Amino acid sequence: MRGKEKIFLLVAIAAAVGLSMASSIFNRYYLGIAVDVGINIILAVSLNLINGHTGQFSLGHAGFMAVGGYTAAKLTLVFGASVPPAMQPLLFLAAILLGGTVAAVAGLAVGIPSLRLRGDYLAIVTLGFGEIIRVIFQTSEFFGAATGLTGITKMTTLGWAWAFAAITVYVVACIVNSTYGRGFIAVHDDEIAASAMGINPTRYKVTAFVIGAFFAGIAGALYAHHKLVLKPDGFDFVKSIEIVVMVILGGMGRTAGVILAAIILTILPELLRPVAEYRMIIYSLLIIALMLTRPQGLFTFGKKGAVK
Amino acid sequence: MDWFLQQLINGLALGAIYALIALGYTMVYGVLRFINFAHSDVLMLGAFAAFYITPKITPVLGPQSVPTAMLVIVLSAVICAAIGMTIEFLAYRPLRSRPRLTVLITAIGVSLFIEFAGQHEKVFGAATKSFPTLLPKREIVVGALHISSNDLVVLVLTGVLLFAMWFIVQRTKIGMAMRAVSFNEGAAALMGVNVNRIISFTFGLGSALAAIAGIFYAMRAPGIEPLMGVQPGLRAFIAAVLGGIGNLPGAALGGIVLGLVETFFGGMPGLSNYRDGIAFAILILILLFRPAGLLGKLQTEKV
Repeated sequence: MRGKEKIFLLVAIAAAVGLSMASSIFNRYYLGIAVDVGINIILAVSLNLINGHTGQFSLGHAGFMAVGGYTAAKLTLVFGASVPPAMQPLLFLAAILLGGTVAAVAGLAVGIPSLRLRGDYLAIVTLGFGEIIRVIFQTSEFFGAATGLTGITKMTTLGWAWAFAAITVYVVACIVNSTYGRGFIAVHDDEIAASAMGINPTRYKVTAFVIGAFFAGIAGALYAHHKLVLKPDGFDFVKSIEIVVMVILGGMGRTAGVILAAIILTILPELLRPVAEYRMIIYSLLIIALMLTRPQGLFTFGKKGAVK
Repeated sequence: MDWFLQQLINGLALGAIYALIALGYTMVYGVLRFINFAHSDVLMLGAFAAFYITPKITPVLGPQSVPTAMLVIVLSAVICAAIGMTIEFLAYRPLRSRPRLTVLITAIGVSLFIEFAGQHEKVFGAATKSFPTLLPKREIVVGALHISSNDLVVLVLTGVLLFAMWFIVQRTKIGMAMRAVSFNEGAAALMGVNVNRIISFTFGLGSALAAIAGIFYAMRAPGIEPLMGVQPGLRAFIAAVLGGIGNLPGAALGGIVLGLVETFFGGMPGLSNYRDGIAFAILILILLFRPAGLLGKLQTEKV
């Protein structure tokens, strides 16, 4: 099993980098969407660890994404000019990792107090933290206040986005399938039974939260260097809900389904561009219709107990 | 001191509106155990209903008169009650036995649908519209205090409505049925309570309150637009959780607390930019020490 996953990771990264090398032959519009897909896969898979595998309900994923994005963008903005061109990819890698790490620290700071709460209370508190993070960026002159950060260098390519998407999928899958990772699923299935088995639910929840926030930060860093502009409005709770919808659509705790959902939900709005004025109306109706007909997610067929 | 009293009155008026909206959240939570995200949009629909009704009624009952205002408020409330019940019937009832998360996402879907449909140019359009003046606005000056007559009307009417809610829930038969459904749906059904009707009624009541709150909010705001419900809705949601969700006096208390906090911090120089964040910060602080809200009871999970 483990060997197969490693091969998957290597092949996926190689394919991503290979495609990236040849990216000049593709239409730039499609290329941009492909990068969006990669970023959204990272977001959805990392949120799936929290909302799906561990069974918590976080509505603040966009906040962690913002932390990672702003941190990374600030780093490349400050040091970008003084780093020689050959070292730029290294700087970008450092920015991505720093973005992820700072987001993880934020996840820890948010997770420790809030994960004592459950259900709706947890949802509202994570939503609250997400909004607080946004308000901080919105008022801080250092981060460009309401106008946001502009002039970010284009660094995210297809290779970066998809390679990190592959790493995210690999890491989350490895964690969940490990002996330690069974703890997340135990917490999801029954917290009380899990703690009777010697699993500390709070510890597992915080771990899931920190790992999820780390990858959300990475996605934010990639996003910043893809869109080249960061605005605090872009990270409000509608963005968090978008990610939650991907996870639900894919089926909570189903990595493959969530990846598929992330791909579809990124491409769908683009396909609806010809009917732009009805786009969001159709999107919202789709959510309702889906919940009414397939609440367990679009891509869940048999296997594994139904979602609680 | 004057500044303090002034902010106190402003905060109470704002808090009263939050309290009205929060009551809708908390009542629905009481019977269905889920957060009705579409509630904030019903509030917006209430304001828009009033916007379209007022010009129709003005020629009959005269502009800016008390009968006009009353009729507009009542009609908007009735329309929104019908809308709320329809939403419940179409979107939530088929999901009654499904996991709560499913219903929550559906509610988010309904909310997005109303918002985006409302923004479409053939519906309301995204532009801000100026809300008609329902009542003549007067400034009442007491010493250094400036009190808007609208604020007073809002405060008094909210007080009346809160009392009416308390009366309906605690002193009438249907209120008793609501409490029974909230306490134990299955047992209530066995006792002959028509659960579907009670849930429908609860939605209607909550939506009517939201419509009235929407009109009050529109009276204080510069204009109305399809996304106007989002911010007050979010605040009221916080207020409901703050007071202990599912708890009616808690929702009223939470609304008032939030309104006061927001007005006082908003009025302080240097802090006004953080106003949005502070409401959440207070919520988080309170939940850390009282995880079930101010008046909520913590439920221990039994195996």
